[in-house]
Amino acid sequence: MSTSRNSILEGIRRSSGVGRPGTPSESERQQTVQARLNDTPVGIVPQRAEDDKGCLARFKEMVLASAASLAEVPNWAAVPEAVVSFLKERNLPMVLTTSLDPRLAALQDHGLLTVRRGVALPQDLIGVVTAVGGVAETGSLVLTSGPDAPTSLNFLPDIHIICVQAVDVAGGFETVWARLRAQDSMPRTVNLITGPSRTGDIEQTILMGAHGPRQVHVIVVNDGA
Amino acid sequence: MQQSTSHLFHDNVRHAVNDDNLRVSLETMKTGFRFKRLAAIDRLPEFEDLREEGKALKDHVLAHLDLYLEAFEKKVIEQGGMVHWCANAAEAQQVVLDICRSVGARTVTKGKSMISEEIGLNDYLEKNGVQPIETDLGEYIIQLRHEAPSHIIAPAIHVRKEMVADAFRATHTHRPADRDLSEPRSLLDEAREELRDKFLAADVGITGANMLIAETGTSVIVTNEGNGDLTQLLPKVHVVLASLEKVVPTLNDASTVLRLLARSATGQEASTYVTFSSGPRRADDLDGPEQYHVILLDNGRSKMLGSEFQDMLRCIRCGACMNHCPVYGAIGGHAYGWVYPGPMGSVLTPALIGIENAAPLPNASTLCGRCESVCPMKIPLPRMLRAWREQEFERHLTPPRAVWALKVHTALASRLRLYRWATRLGAWALRIWGGRRGSFDHIPFAQDWTDSRTMAAPQYGRTFMDLYANRPNAHITNKER
Repeated sequence: MSTSRNSILEGIRRSSGVGRPGTPSESERQQTVQARLNDTPVGIVPQRAEDDKGCLARFKEMVLASAASLAEVPNWAAVPEAVVSFLKERNLPMVLTTSLDPRLAALQDHGLLTVRRGVALPQDLIGVVTAVGGVAETGSLVLTSGPDAPTSLNFLPDIHIICVQAVDVAGGFETVWARLRAQDSMPRTVNLITGPSRTGDIEQTILMGAHGPRQVHVIVVNDGA
Repeated sequence: MQQSTSHLFHDNVRHAVNDDNLRVSLETMKTGFRFKRLAAIDRLPEFEDLREEGKALKDHVLAHLDLYLEAFEKKVIEQGGMVHWCANAAEAQQVVLDICRSVGARTVTKGKSMISEEIGLNDYLEKNGVQPIETDLGEYIIQLRHEAPSHIIAPAIHVRKEMVADAFRATHTHRPADRDLSEPRSLLDEAREELRDKFLAADVGITGANMLIAETGTSVIVTNEGNGDLTQLLPKVHVVLASLEKVVPTLNDASTVLRLLARSATGQEASTYVTFSSGPRRADDLDGPEQYHVILLDNGRSKMLGSEFQDMLRCIRCGACMNHCPVYGAIGGHAYGWVYPGPMGSVLTPALIGIENAAPLPNASTLCGRCESVCPMKIPLPRMLRAWREQEFERHLTPPRAVWALKVHTALASRLRLYRWATRLGAWALRIWGGRRGSFDHIPFAQDWTDSRTMAAPQYGRTFMDLYANRPNAHITNKER
């Protein structure tokens, strides 16, 4: 609909009075817009994102407030045991689907676990993935799609286990965006996930497990090594 | 475009205020949304400053809307997506149908989208042999009930759980008839199971967009259920429906809007899922749609720029204005007769479908100002409602009786002595009319006032000015009278 494209854009310019005497010139407007897109100025970041409490402590507090559960492990090698104990406590089967992140490869070697790696299938009950970051301000996890990270694992399984390195936890969203900009291109999908799926659509009763995961378990990996 | 019954507002209201189920639902809303919002804002000392920042951001975008839309489009195309500019509802319907047909789509899943409601997409697709399936729980419920949403973020807020159970029993007939559907939990679990298969089978997924980001060519959806994500992730094709003013410059600007949106809407620190989608799946991605289309809908918005209604385009669709509106709280959303209810709807609807089709709506307000005070984007809703009332009057859309009454009032009020004399006469007459009871159930020419309430007669049969002049100690403070 390229005719509509031109007429819409012309309509916008006409209505907003672009080009009228006393208004910024076309090149000034272009410059203003280019500057904002290139400089990506940072606005108000709530103080709680960066205060004395410290990013990580705030992050953990907010994760719990989002109705997710939380565990901490010293390093990636300790993740399989943490997953096993989470599943045991809740009497869940030891059958997982994980992303292709090499840091999760050790899960396959754990004797109690049956592991498949790849995209989520409809019958998958438990998914284990890694986050590229955390946001202390809200307790959100940042997950990106990619060759080793299928997005379906974040939504189809009932139980969503997300591992995040402590060093990747940022104060506010803006820090995470700066990291994404440093990469070659924006991933197809970036998910900010804050707690389990929920709805209030029936008489405003908040219930967990609407269409996405019923439970979210966050494992903080304290040592990045 | 979606059909409107806004011109039947008075009949709609009469129906609404006599609906007991609606009254109960709206009471729950008042305690729910309002308290949660307040608590969330108390936890964030920067909220007021963020409102100013959000307002400035949107004003900046509206002043450069053409350029940000072009920048957004360029990025989407670079990433392999397509942008479709649609001047009106009919164009948008056609584009969506063409996309569906190009992949031979039989069913499409849908995330919640007010633009879809605005262009009447479901009816159009259905007529043309494509089955749309709403996946947001509230939208699913009202689709089964063949209703329109009554709230922009809680579409089924008028429906009680027994009514949901009835709709499920009537639709999910393959399930045991005697199953227990008495609690929200069992209703939700049934909807989850039913919709899971639909997600997996759909050929096209259609979502709205809470924002479009020019910097990265990204559409953003904000949900709590995860339905929007399953909708846009699993089918071959993802179609995004967005209106022009949804664009923001950068990811950082999007963060500002997100900080305001969740708190103003549901009182959450953050909605459960905020998803940023940029183009179709990449060559080495393991999942995601093969096609990514963004529909940019104008439908009257470009004409609002530069007008006295431009500020309305700052709206981020949080619903706070309707959650706090005494009129919405009494009549619910359906009475407004079109897609957008509450104060934001009373301003936006006349702009999109014409004041001649929506004339009563700007009067559906006491101008108490609560909507503006809770609006995260500081939209001057009462000012714009007044502006619409003026247009309504200028275009002779005001009912003759109201015009006549206003003329009489003007004639009197501009002649002080006459006014005092007439109001004295009126007060005296009402006193007599009220009789020994001191109140009355009927006044000639004003039955709308007395049909539903008993009016008190003026005390002592005297006007306020007379009582004021003769109050005790009046001589001390008011010597010059």
